[in-house]
Amino acid sequence: MREINQEVYKDKLWQWQEGEYTVTRTSQWSGPGCHQGCGVLFYTKDGKVEKIEGDPNCPVNNGRLCMRCLDMLEAIYHEDRLTYPMKRAGERGENKWERISWDEALDIIDEQAKRIMGEYGGKAIAAFQGTGRNATWPVSSLGNLAFDTPNTGQGTLSGDCCYGPRLMAMNVVMGTAWIADMGQALEARFDDPRYRIPEYVLIWGCNPLVSNSDGFYGHWIIDVMKRGSKLIVVDPRITWIAAKAELVLRLRPGTDGAVALGIVSQMIENKWYDEEFTDEWVYGLEGLREAAAEYTPERVEEISCVPAWKIVKAAEILGHAKPLAVQWGLPLDQQTHGVSASHAIQAIIALTGNVDIPGSNIFFVDGFIQNDIRMSLLERMDPESQKAKLGCDGEYPLRSMGYAPFAMPEKVLQAIEEGDPYPIKMVWIQSSNPLSNCAADSKRWLKALNSLDFVVVADLYMTPTAVACADLVLPVAMSPERDSMRAWWTPFRAITKVVEPLGEAKCDETIMLEVGRKVAPEKFPWANTEEMRAAFMENLSSVDYEGSFEDLKHDVWYYFPFEYEKYKTGKLRSDGKPGFNTPTGKIELMSTIFQAVGLDAAPYYKEPNESPVSTPELAEKYPFVLTTGQRSYEFFHSEHRNLPTMREYHPWPLCEMNPEDAASLGLEEGDWVYLENETGKIKQKLHIHPGMLKGVVNAEHGWWFPEREAAAPSFFGTFDSQAGCLLRMGDVGPTGWGSSYKCRLCNVSKVED
Amino acid sequence: MTQYGLLIDYDYCDGCHACEVACKVDHGFQEGFDGIQLFQIGPRELSPDHWEYTYIPAPTELCDLCAERVAAGKLPTCVHHCQSLAIEYGTVEELAARVNKPKMVIFSVKDGA
Repeated sequence: MREINQEVYKDKLWQWQEGEYTVTRTSQWSGPGCHQGCGVLFYTKDGKVEKIEGDPNCPVNNGRLCMRCLDMLEAIYHEDRLTYPMKRAGERGENKWERISWDEALDIIDEQAKRIMGEYGGKAIAAFQGTGRNATWPVSSLGNLAFDTPNTGQGTLSGDCCYGPRLMAMNVVMGTAWIADMGQALEARFDDPRYRIPEYVLIWGCNPLVSNSDGFYGHWIIDVMKRGSKLIVVDPRITWIAAKAELVLRLRPGTDGAVALGIVSQMIENKWYDEEFTDEWVYGLEGLREAAAEYTPERVEEISCVPAWKIVKAAEILGHAKPLAVQWGLPLDQQTHGVSASHAIQAIIALTGNVDIPGSNIFFVDGFIQNDIRMSLLERMDPESQKAKLGCDGEYPLRSMGYAPFAMPEKVLQAIEEGDPYPIKMVWIQSSNPLSNCAADSKRWLKALNSLDFVVVADLYMTPTAVACADLVLPVAMSPERDSMRAWWTPFRAITKVVEPLGEAKCDETIMLEVGRKVAPEKFPWANTEEMRAAFMENLSSVDYEGSFEDLKHDVWYYFPFEYEKYKTGKLRSDGKPGFNTPTGKIELMSTIFQAVGLDAAPYYKEPNESPVSTPELAEKYPFVLTTGQRSYEFFHSEHRNLPTMREYHPWPLCEMNPEDAASLGLEEGDWVYLENETGKIKQKLHIHPGMLKGVVNAEHGWWFPEREAAAPSFFGTFDSQAGCLLRMGDVGPTGWGSSYKCRLCNVSKVED
Repeated sequence: MTQYGLLIDYDYCDGCHACEVACKVDHGFQEGFDGIQLFQIGPRELSPDHWEYTYIPAPTELCDLCAERVAAGKLPTCVHHCQSLAIEYGTVEELAARVNKPKMVIFSVKDGA
């Protein structure tokens, strides 16, 4: 990393005066935001943020920032910011609102919630949170505590198909979640003598430079590439990083399991694996060998379109790579049998012994801040109320056994639509815009949400979801307007308030506390957010940080002590014995947990329920494999569409296809095209991508047009172009996790007018 | 007269636009204007499995090498914020000494004082 002028950047000082500006060193973490909390310097003057700069001293991002964070001022001071609570003045969808006070808003929430709780029980209320940022735990905690409901979570996201399936697979196979080691566990990063640069980085179904998903700063991969790491990429599309790879496996979306099993089989048959490691630390090698044997390179080629020789080559390289780091992505969650594909990919990691050694794939056992906070809150929860959690009735045993933090979205939808097994009458939506983004079959969800008695939406701006369904809209404070703390892996980071919230906006924690104090005061004994935060800081059971929030603010970040090879020292298991946190104490290539509940113990491959192979007749009508959800630098999911600078770079929703496919339909670059399947029809602008696998169409998600009409039926044009209209609910894997967002079918045709 | 410029390691520029937006917000440029602009080559398959997919940011007429920031002891904002840490600032002599691999380019942007 480069030399830093500490006369200007003041080492780790948390705040100083620079001319007319007060400079505050902190992290920016939602909203708007992403999965990472980069170190920033906020320059403030007269109660306003005037500038933002990346903090060069923060080991997370070394001063770097993405275009969204650099454009933060446009987001904070946007004319569309919600600045006071509003109640619906017309019919739902008319976008007519009446300004009310917070007291009135709390009265309305209290009255509606108590009526519904009295009539149907708390379980008739669901709370929907957004993706894993620093605005999720207050939502589920509010639901669990104030409304006494077990039905919290991402709500509309079929099969909890974002990280949930991979988390499930990691917990079952390895016993603990892991992440690729780019030196991020160590404050000195590459200067820490313990660290080793990965020989190879395997990027599986991920464009990490763009997505920064799962608390992983994508450009760390560039850092290790500069230091010698080579790449293998598995992706249907030649992304920029795929073009840099030694080997690219362009697979048909949804066939990851077959490709992984093909690689596993080659590794085992050719003894391209670490026998010493597997002998001692791995369970079920023979069973895995048998399960993978049918996936010969030729068979895998037939299934996946990846040439047979590449399967062999990948197995040979991966089998000898030390260390090997794996950064994987959402496609593993967004295919019906993605849990099993994730199981198979972990077999590659386990066979090579690239587990918790420097530069491989590491476990974190500290710093689950959000979980700690939730657990300390949930001590006050009525455990009886949690038994009715939707999706935990036995159909999916792992969900019933407590593996599910969330109510199952398919069951939530069923409860809303059919009152089965009991009705849902109220939904609380905070930091989520499901109708533009995560909901599959979004028009069905529109109808479902509109059938509810009462809907609250808390957000930064008026969203399509708020216009369409909300009875009450609450304004939420942005990251620089709130004091909070967060870790995803490491370090523990302060989020420091540098300006007052705009208008009457309140931060997520405060909204939770104030609603909680109104509806269930006995469960929220704190007079204010500061007092509550102090109580949280005292109850961080997975953190050895002793200080107060003020201390953290002044420390800015804190790295947890980190050790490699924890499986040798008993640090992964609660009984303190060496080994992994699984029933056998080993990495379970054959899962005893899956076996115990009647699921396949070995990883397997199954065709997507809808594909050119499994539904050839349907494929005649809808000949392209549809994959959705690719990220772009300009947007985080449905956020940032209202920022002119982001739209300058990315004005329209884009779909991508191969030049041959485009030519066969007479389509040209920039044509507006319809994408259509059995669920819906949208239009996007075509980008012809020579690196896209033939037969695949890649459609962007999260689209709405803040410049278009808000009121029904337009809803900011979201249903014209957002990919969720083409996805379906219910295409869930046998574990109860995983859905087909990345592998449906569609047709493409030119918009003629 | 000493020339000052930018050294771009375009082997590692992934086209993230951070340089462009950093420049835009720092200088207050309106839509369509910037002090640095990204150019793209490809993606195109030069031979089977060999793809060229390259981005190169180039300073524009509006680039002042962040004179104000530099005077305050900071780096130009594109250099500071480049997510790939692929831009360096200095005199062209200093920058030339750092060219130690293919796919690097020096833009001589302005005369020094």
